[in-house]
Amino acid sequence: MNWDQILEFSLRSALGSDAIVYAMAAIGLNVHFGYTGLLNFGQAGFMAVGGYGLAATVTTFGLSFWIAIPIGILAAIVFALLLGAPTLRLRADYLAIVTIAAAEIIRIVVGSVSLQEWFGGRDGLQEFNDSFTAINPYSSSVDLVVFTLRPNDAWVFTVGWISVALACLLVWALMRSPWGRVLKSIREDEEAVRSLGKNVYSYKMQALVLGGVFGGIAGFLVALDQAAINPENFSTDVTFFAYTVLILGGAARVLGPVVGAIMFWFLISLLGNFFTQATAGPEPLISPAIMDGTQASLVRFIAAGLGLVLLIIFRPQGIFGDKREIALDAR
Amino acid sequence: MPADTTDTTDTTDTTDSTDSTVGTAKAAAALSDVAREPGATKPDAILVADGIRRQFGGLTAVDVGHLEVQRGVITALIGPNGAGKTTFFNLLTGFDRPDAGSWTFNGRSLDGIAAYKVARLGMVRTFQLTKVLSKLTVIENMRLAATGQRGESFLSALLPMRWRGQERANTERADSLLGRFTLDAKREDFAGSLSGGQRKLLEMARALMVEPELVMLDEPMAGVNPALKQSLLGHVKTLRDEGRTVLFVEHDMDMVRDISDWVVVMAQGQIVAEGPPDNVMANQVVIDAYLGAHHDSDISVEAEEQRLAAERNRGADQKETPR
Repeated sequence: MNWDQILEFSLRSALGSDAIVYAMAAIGLNVHFGYTGLLNFGQAGFMAVGGYGLAATVTTFGLSFWIAIPIGILAAIVFALLLGAPTLRLRADYLAIVTIAAAEIIRIVVGSVSLQEWFGGRDGLQEFNDSFTAINPYSSSVDLVVFTLRPNDAWVFTVGWISVALACLLVWALMRSPWGRVLKSIREDEEAVRSLGKNVYSYKMQALVLGGVFGGIAGFLVALDQAAINPENFSTDVTFFAYTVLILGGAARVLGPVVGAIMFWFLISLLGNFFTQATAGPEPLISPAIMDGTQASLVRFIAAGLGLVLLIIFRPQGIFGDKREIALDAR
Repeated sequence: MPADTTDTTDTTDTTDSTDSTVGTAKAAAALSDVAREPGATKPDAILVADGIRRQFGGLTAVDVGHLEVQRGVITALIGPNGAGKTTFFNLLTGFDRPDAGSWTFNGRSLDGIAAYKVARLGMVRTFQLTKVLSKLTVIENMRLAATGQRGESFLSALLPMRWRGQERANTERADSLLGRFTLDAKREDFAGSLSGGQRKLLEMARALMVEPELVMLDEPMAGVNPALKQSLLGHVKTLRDEGRTVLFVEHDMDMVRDISDWVVVMAQGQIVAEGPPDNVMANQVVIDAYLGAHHDSDISVEAEEQRLAAERNRGADQKETPR
């Protein structure tokens, strides 16, 4: 058992691109679910729209990377408007149904054979981030004591954490304002808010768009981190991991998604590496009769599911939340 | 009108209660010439409804021929369960759409106007089951209700200097209202931790933050203990004495008798009677609506047949009169 290596891998996951992407996606969900009470189960769809918006603009249409960024954001905004227009006047569950379906539609469409020339089918798109790597200030690997980052990773790491910090700052500034107060009130009771003269539909739409743009930016980060993009980056479980991250950190708290993402990826990676090592080698710690190597990589997800259930039962407010203030209450 | 009722709970109301007898007298004078019949024309109507009908499948929940609500008085809307009072409220405030009919507020048609715009026009309602925002503090509940807040637009929200001053002014107004409704001690508590009666108070105070001309209260006394009831009564009278118009739905007859200047009775979706409280409560149609037309007669097959025949004739008569 190589504990140094387990720790190194876990910390890399907890501070690296995994955590950055999920923190950003969960910041978006926090605006949707944590503050406004909108059940968006299609955050992966927003990420796909953003990521593919960026990649396809450069690779397929040959435009500049710097034009592709606003186009990706615009795509996320349009996606939010399309989803919101028919559903935001209805009860909350309809948004959930529509978003989860729309996210799957996006994933299947970009992966389809007939649209291969635009979105690259199952292989996805590559070679769109030359402009991004061209301005990389790091020329050699960066040593962060426990782990080292190659120049490109260090650049994504820097840009990623700066974007997460800016997103948190924006959410903080908005949620302390009267605008944020309207969102929180809508989460509590939208009829009451309507009876006080606020245009609830418009506020829900603004929240859906804002959180969707954060989702789109998370999609950018996926694309930049891998220097490639494919449909499997945006499967449904991405959304549910992002929810786990949000609930773990504490919904309706500015830093909840960030702390949640760090803890989630540390634990997932720790469990994954532990079980992989415990089942590897000629004389494994855990007998193959109980668990073999291929099963080991899945146990972490069983643990994540169990963790989410226990979390909702025993600490629905997450790490940061105030129990009296939390929308989730399983008991 | 007993002036001592407001004094028992609210010592600051001693002056108000004399005011409120004046207000009651004034309201009575304004309504003295109004006919005691359904759909009566009022000298200064703030709200006028015409031919409002709402059907749920085969059931006609509301079918109001004509109703006028006098400005500056307290009008009670009463009727047995299922009479369509709350549905009528929902229709008037834009929370539901009627199948037919038109209605105006201050002369302006409200047909097809969204609920939030109706509130901005100065017609604010409360709910039968209180809708406080549980996970916001009491003061935040109050601040939310202020209208025309600059900080409620996305871009201005990011510039605190655009909304700080307004927020301070709103908070001051909210604090004085909380003081008046004796909720100042609960200022920083989550609204969800308040008792049922306190929630009613908060909802009323919050509605006042919108500065409405017409306050529509849906069962303000439901589930409120007798002591708090007295102070709520005082508050409703104060609303009128400030020059606002109050329209409220209520089951509690003592309260209706005590504070209302005018009573409108609904039964089976229609308005069956109108008039000052004492007059209405002695009205045979109203007693029939509440207790059934034959609540004190024997039930036998022959009597039942006679009753049904009589009912059919009477029902036909009644349908004609309100129109």
